[in-house]
Amino acid sequence: MATTYRPEGHEDTFAASDEVRLPTLGARGWLRWMWRQLTSMRVALLLLMLLAVAAVPGTMFPQNAQDPAKVAQYVVDHPTTGPWLDRLGFFDVYSSVWFSAIYLMLFISLVGCILPRTRAHLAGLRDRPPRTPRRLTRFPAQAEQTSVAAAPERVVLAARDAMRRGPWWLPFARSYRVDVNDEGDGTWSASAERGYLRETGNLVFHLALVGLLVSIAAGQMLHYRGQALVVQGRGMANSVKEYDTFEKGTAFRDDSLQPFTLTLDRFTSRFDPETLEARDFAAYVTVTEPDGSAAERTIKVNHPLERDGAKIYLQGNGYAPELTVRDAAGEVAFAGAVPFLPQDEVYTSRGVVKVPDVSDGQDQIGLVGYLLPTAVEVADGLYRSVDPQPGSPVLVLSVWSGNLGLDTGVPQNVYQLDESRMTQAVDADGRAVTLYLRPGESVELPDGLGSVSFDSLTRYVALDLRHDPALTWILVFALAALCGLAASLFAPRRRLWVRASRAGEASLTVVTAAGLARGDDVGLQPELDRVLAATLDPLRGAVTSDGATRSVGHAASPGTGDEADEEKSVDGSDHGDR
Amino acid sequence: MEIGDLSTLLVWAAATAFTIALVAYTVDLARLTDNAQRRQPQVADAEAATGARSLVGVGVAGAASAARAGGSADPARGAGDAGRARVDSAVAGSTQDVALGRSPRAEGIARSTTYLGVVMLFAAIVLRGFAAGRWPTANMYEFTLVGVLVATLVLAIVQRRRVIAFVGVVVMGIAVTALVVALESFFVRADAVRPALQNYWLVLHVGVAISATGIFTVAFAAAVLQVMRDGRETGRSHLTTPWRRADGLRQAFSGLAVTGPQFRWVDQVPEARRLEALSFRLNAIGFVLWTLTLIGGAIWAEDAWGRYWNWDPKEVGTFIAWVVYAAYLHARTTRGWGGRKAAYFVFVGYAAVIANFTVVNLAVSGMHSYAF
Repeated sequence: MATTYRPEGHEDTFAASDEVRLPTLGARGWLRWMWRQLTSMRVALLLLMLLAVAAVPGTMFPQNAQDPAKVAQYVVDHPTTGPWLDRLGFFDVYSSVWFSAIYLMLFISLVGCILPRTRAHLAGLRDRPPRTPRRLTRFPAQAEQTSVAAAPERVVLAARDAMRRGPWWLPFARSYRVDVNDEGDGTWSASAERGYLRETGNLVFHLALVGLLVSIAAGQMLHYRGQALVVQGRGMANSVKEYDTFEKGTAFRDDSLQPFTLTLDRFTSRFDPETLEARDFAAYVTVTEPDGSAAERTIKVNHPLERDGAKIYLQGNGYAPELTVRDAAGEVAFAGAVPFLPQDEVYTSRGVVKVPDVSDGQDQIGLVGYLLPTAVEVADGLYRSVDPQPGSPVLVLSVWSGNLGLDTGVPQNVYQLDESRMTQAVDADGRAVTLYLRPGESVELPDGLGSVSFDSLTRYVALDLRHDPALTWILVFALAALCGLAASLFAPRRRLWVRASRAGEASLTVVTAAGLARGDDVGLQPELDRVLAATLDPLRGAVTSDGATRSVGHAASPGTGDEADEEKSVDGSDHGDR
Repeated sequence: MEIGDLSTLLVWAAATAFTIALVAYTVDLARLTDNAQRRQPQVADAEAATGARSLVGVGVAGAASAARAGGSADPARGAGDAGRARVDSAVAGSTQDVALGRSPRAEGIARSTTYLGVVMLFAAIVLRGFAAGRWPTANMYEFTLVGVLVATLVLAIVQRRRVIAFVGVVVMGIAVTALVVALESFFVRADAVRPALQNYWLVLHVGVAISATGIFTVAFAAAVLQVMRDGRETGRSHLTTPWRRADGLRQAFSGLAVTGPQFRWVDQVPEARRLEALSFRLNAIGFVLWTLTLIGGAIWAEDAWGRYWNWDPKEVGTFIAWVVYAAYLHARTTRGWGGRKAAYFVFVGYAAVIANFTVVNLAVSGMHSYAF
């Protein structure tokens, strides 16, 4: 047996595609059929579920967009499946052909479905409520009231006013659209409808989703993003070549960058003394405008620096030891701050010093090692960092010499030493030489390569500058979608009818009312009772009548008695105030 | 004793209260089953007596009229009539309307321990916030506490007039399990949070997400019950039709068929249509909150990470659940997909929500990884 209970539906607005007669279809017919299929709710459902399933692999496999190193590692670890997954786009799921195809189809389906509905809804906005049916007894919500002294016309006009009146918290909004009909023989009726907001909300939600997609796409074309490491006391200028990495949309032009400069004056960090968890990071910077005016600003996590619609984020921080390397001839071959990348929560940082500019005829020098901000010697020659703050920094370095390979034309990672043409310095026993340096110390390099001195320890910050002009639109459409969604789910769609007629020869008026709602609506009967009470209570005035409105219970919504009672009592006090 | 320890104690106390509520709901459910089975061969005459005895004078007229009006063929409608007739009853001192075969004592215990547990859990969460000096939604332990609070609160609201024992059993079962797992596995000392979490969105984004999860939990329970009730209404169970190759397996489980005698208590719960409506109302609220979670998360991500959308595993999980619930809302309005089939979407959606909370937090590393 098929499921008989059905919630409210819009299925009437969806053309059933089954009606097309397949055998006689021409090319146009086929296109039409495909369009109907694509815009049908069933295919939309299928696409939605496909989208959900297609999004899963992105959480199971490493993604190039988030972590290219992990992807490379995965391909190395899985030599058979890795390349195939790569070919099929499993490492770029969200920009893959199949994922894009699904959501684009979904949006085409959405547009094909929503546009005709928007047209129909706009036309329907001027519609009048349906005329009062002859028999009101077949509707899910009913109420009737006998022995009212007022004339039917007055009763119906009062009902019209009661139905038009908005809720108590929004008294000027019209809740129902009401028509009053003279049905002859002294019988009058009012037919009312509300809930256009529901479909309006539904359409706003779907159109806002389209707007959201368009905004995101526009943002992708117009945005730019640059990353730069700035060492304390140094600065950077806002131009493409100053950034370590720079990505931009297709519509970006280099001259759209404002040529301001930014200097890192100071960086502070605070950690929980027990758990060593980070508590606060703050970068104090000076921003100098092209016209020379300077302003001191602070950048914190969650509080980016905003400038000309672009935001500058504090994305990372670390230590950059100031080093001076002298070659065998005693010439300064390298001097400067070298950023070391933190590897763990105690800021054990890894870094590489490449010294290519040695005097003629000498080997180039590479220093690889770790910086330990607060070093503790756990065993002979074995140090470990125990605190992220620079309590007693130690630099642990191994020494390489040979050809750094910087002139091969192949771009190199600054944080990686290409060891293929280099040899590591070893001591007489053949063990690798390890240098330990504290700030202010200087040691000789083995094999007479020269010397290195650890001048001081400074800090650096990783800044992320980002501009996306579509952000405002993305927010606007997202909020529109949210409001539309709420309206489409919570605005009730109801029809009410009130009929008043003379009862026999007595000068009494019989009032009957009925209500119909889309789907299961527990508020329908209370609403009908409220309308009838609001209509009749003022009319009754001094006339005594035989009591309260009698709700005629009905089979379709058992168990609503509780809510009805509650709302009626709330309403009663409301009327008392009027 | 520190405030944080007091908070932990209160969580244990709340878990105990919820366990008692769970037992009480189970007793109520067992009583329903028992009565439904015992009553089956008898006629309507006996029902009035059973009703009167178990009602302890509360709403006698209601129960009697329910027996007359509904009988065993349609007890839900009878219960509805009982609710309405309650107003006429002179002895209706209590606001609860009690259907046939229920155990008022068990329901009273369930109700009061639920309230007690909610109050204690709320106090525990507030104290936790004081102990940490911040809003208490920053790690998995705290998410679980607040999520359970929302779920049990929604349960208490949904059941304030009429106890649906099965929903109580499901929600309390999940609540107790979640609290104990939180205390045993997710517990961390109350502490301040790292800079990335120092934002008022911690209150909004996480709070809304947890509320949505709590609401989805109750909606899920209602959907489970809806499918069971639907199975009985239509006399259909997958366990009664042959399973081709795996038919042996089916026969092993055939005693569990929802159409069988031990599920007779299902006849006592509201009709599938009404459960569907309840599930839909809750899911609709949950879905709007879930949408707000996504939007709030995007705004926060824009502030904290410089990208409103990262395709971070947590974001993807939230997105998947959102899409599934969107599919559910569409399914409800599609011909041939309403009712029971729509409920399946609720199952998938709820599974996505729970997986997003557990699997993604514990097994996948991502930018939300500090969440526990």
